[in-house]
Amino acid sequence: MSKYDVLIIGGGVTGTSIARELSRYKLEIAILEKEEELAFGVSKSNSGIIHPGTQNPPSSLKGKLCVQGNLLTRKIAKELGVDFKEVGELIVIFKEEDMPRLLEIKKEAEALGIPKLKIVDKKWLAKHEPNLNKDIIAALYAPSAGIKKEFGNLPRFHIGAVSDNKDPNQIFESRFVINAAGLYADEISAMVGINDFKITPRKGEEYLLDKKLAKLTNHLIFPLPSPTSNGILVIKTSDGNPMIGPTAEDQIDKQDKSTTEAGMKKVLENVQRIVPKISKDNIIAYFAGLRPVSGKDFIIRHEDKVPGFISVAGIQSPGLTAAPAIALLVVKLLKQNGLALKKKILFFHKHRKPTVHLFAMPVEKAKALTKKDPAYGDIVCRCEMVSAKEIRDAIKRGAKTLDGIKFRTRCQSGRCHGGFCTTRAMKILAEELAMPLTEVTKRGKGSEIIKESRKQ
Amino acid sequence: MIETRKLTCIDCPKGCQLSIETDNGKVMGISGNQCKKGEEYAKQEIENPMRILTTTVIAEGLPLKMIPVRTSGPIPKAKLKEAIEAARKTKITKPVQAETIITKNFLDLGVNLIATREILA
Amino acid sequence: MIKRELIVVGGGPAGMAAALSAYENGVKDILLLERDQFLGGILNQCIHTGFGLQHFKEDLTGPEFADRLIIKIKAIKADKAIEVSLQSFVVKLTDRKVVTYLKPGKFEEVQAKAIIMATGCRERTREMIPIPGDRPAGIFSAGLAQKMINIEGWLPGKEVVIIGSGDIGLIMARRFTLEGAKVKAVVEIQKESRGLVRNIVQCVQDFDIPLYFRHKIKRIIGHDRVEKVEVVAVDENLNEKPETAFDITCDTVLVSVGLIPENELIEMAGAEIEDLNTTSIPGIFSCGNSYKVYDLADSVTRDSEKAGKQAAEYLKRI
Repeated sequence: MSKYDVLIIGGGVTGTSIARELSRYKLEIAILEKEEELAFGVSKSNSGIIHPGTQNPPSSLKGKLCVQGNLLTRKIAKELGVDFKEVGELIVIFKEEDMPRLLEIKKEAEALGIPKLKIVDKKWLAKHEPNLNKDIIAALYAPSAGIKKEFGNLPRFHIGAVSDNKDPNQIFESRFVINAAGLYADEISAMVGINDFKITPRKGEEYLLDKKLAKLTNHLIFPLPSPTSNGILVIKTSDGNPMIGPTAEDQIDKQDKSTTEAGMKKVLENVQRIVPKISKDNIIAYFAGLRPVSGKDFIIRHEDKVPGFISVAGIQSPGLTAAPAIALLVVKLLKQNGLALKKKILFFHKHRKPTVHLFAMPVEKAKALTKKDPAYGDIVCRCEMVSAKEIRDAIKRGAKTLDGIKFRTRCQSGRCHGGFCTTRAMKILAEELAMPLTEVTKRGKGSEIIKESRKQ
Repeated sequence: MIETRKLTCIDCPKGCQLSIETDNGKVMGISGNQCKKGEEYAKQEIENPMRILTTTVIAEGLPLKMIPVRTSGPIPKAKLKEAIEAARKTKITKPVQAETIITKNFLDLGVNLIATREILA
Repeated sequence: MIKRELIVVGGGPAGMAAALSAYENGVKDILLLERDQFLGGILNQCIHTGFGLQHFKEDLTGPEFADRLIIKIKAIKADKAIEVSLQSFVVKLTDRKVVTYLKPGKFEEVQAKAIIMATGCRERTREMIPIPGDRPAGIFSAGLAQKMINIEGWLPGKEVVIIGSGDIGLIMARRFTLEGAKVKAVVEIQKESRGLVRNIVQCVQDFDIPLYFRHKIKRIIGHDRVEKVEVVAVDENLNEKPETAFDITCDTVLVSVGLIPENELIEMAGAEIEDLNTTSIPGIFSCGNSYKVYDLADSVTRDSEKAGKQAAEYLKRI
């Protein structure tokens, strides 16, 4: 039996953020993750938006943690070598009668401490967002909204060495347990007799558009929020491809992440109202994710009924933004409940080297690097120009599946959707992890890519 | 037994729809063809359909894992399965060029199994 | 910076034919860049016959067709007349005709007087149709599956549904069957196949594979790996007839729904494709499937030979 100070159930954005924060202290920590890789559950489908915190009531935990998280993310992104770009968001209205609601959102946002908010008019919009529907009369501008390179990659950078523990039926004993189990948080809590919340999966379908539309919008564009969602929006991503979505449909199945014809139609109709030039033909990829919804706010609390058990549940949007702030709050709760926090002097590795992409550096440097390490000159993914070296680096940083490689390097995510590079990526993965090709998966056991490989 | 069978002639892209009268597997009469080739095709296809097999064989100690091969001429369609099984059991260990014979008189069919590309050591 | 008269990008039939023809028309300083470790391009994985009937007056397999061109290139002994650089991946093309390419250990920039782009095409994907549903493992483009079987010696799936009845889809139906997999259906939204009659007979009918015309895949279902597809009939306006929907269980979906020229480098240089083999930038040519998608490698070779001649004439003019 292994003994720990803190055991975290769930290795998504929330769980890994907490783990990183805790690793500043002299503690034995473990994360239990059911998927093949970190952040392959709810976190896998996040849209990469770092929200400013608008559209949350000032009294909400969500709102406060989002505003704080927005600031913290900038710092953490720097430490972990992840790109963060401040692009700003616009919440647009079509009718004068919606102005009071927009002003209310502004007032609430100001109460939360969101900086530099202003209402912009038609003239401003015509200048800064020429592709918007001309019927839009005004917008609330929140400049502190940002986007992060590589959707949802942050958690994958949080954790350095991942020691794989494949031993089945192990018992982990820990003084504190943190339930960060996403969609399954209610089931985990129920095991210790806490039954006062339920998690409802709320599906969101997202559609990625061609990179050729990179200049479609300059900000994140939101409609006025509805009761179930902040609406279907036009998202700028730092890879260039605009993304449209998400839908918001509650369901029972915690695994169904299929996209639907109805979902696509709904997304298109909604975004065409905001940016009329978007068409179905611009879509190059699509996916769906499930938000773990429990009421309107996050649930983050020490369960006094079960001392040492902390619930971190219902972390839906803006969970990615709030994660670093959630982590601080959880550390505070642990301390309040008796966990001694002694700072490590030397051994907290705050910084990680950014990943190297040959085409993001000056030519002379790229030349020197290719000479030094020939694998940089060995291009595997031709659409996104990803080298064998980058793929090997991604595997060293924890990628164990083709999706893991894709999320870290963009290999297979270009125009050909892996038509040209899949076989090579598989061979590198099999070689680096010393496994048979028939065991290479898309995203974990059951998703093996091939059935047989001829033996020589 | 007299039967009428339908075939699409594949000799040229016209793809004539042939109607063939057969008696115990022998061609008695053909209609629907626009040229003489249709007749020849139908007779061959009904009485003894032939196919070229193209597949791969495994290579050892060479820079490629699989070497493409073909039969040097058509073989009876009924023999395709047996032929592919035999090819699966074949291994190349030395460099080959296109047309290098891998198996002479493949399955006693009077054709050779030949490589279709060059692979050097 | 290294200087060359002519750079040909792509060592498939188009690039090889263009380089050979440029040489025959007087260009004696040609750099042929191929990203794979062999010349031949996609022909190397097209191990079936049906190539060369026009160009070589023989029924050849893809590798044999490629081999004929490779032998001609190797026969040219003059130093660097046609220099072949393998594992060389072009990452940049400028309107000033500077080509940047990578190969293991090398990052090269070369100034050319003329450039022929022969970069081929890529396959349309499931996402472009688009087919809703799950996104499990087991969905392949036909070309990827062909590469897995013929080059790597892998079997991607055992129960296969093929979308699209063009020649590539039909050829793969036979290939999977010969390799021991069960092809459960070929599903075609149009009322007839675009493929050759010969392929319908020898790839599908020979193996009693059901071919559904005027049908489409409505949904792909499967959590980790493909489990089944939902198929539905469509009317002549391609509208679904919901009452006809049925499921086919399978572990693999093959998507064979057309090809698109790979023109990204030409776009990068700011050029546009114009008349046969030419672009809006004089001296930058495009031939083969990167110019337009051809039905036959024979036609690619014929038109690419013209591109070689066009480039040679351009070099004489300037």
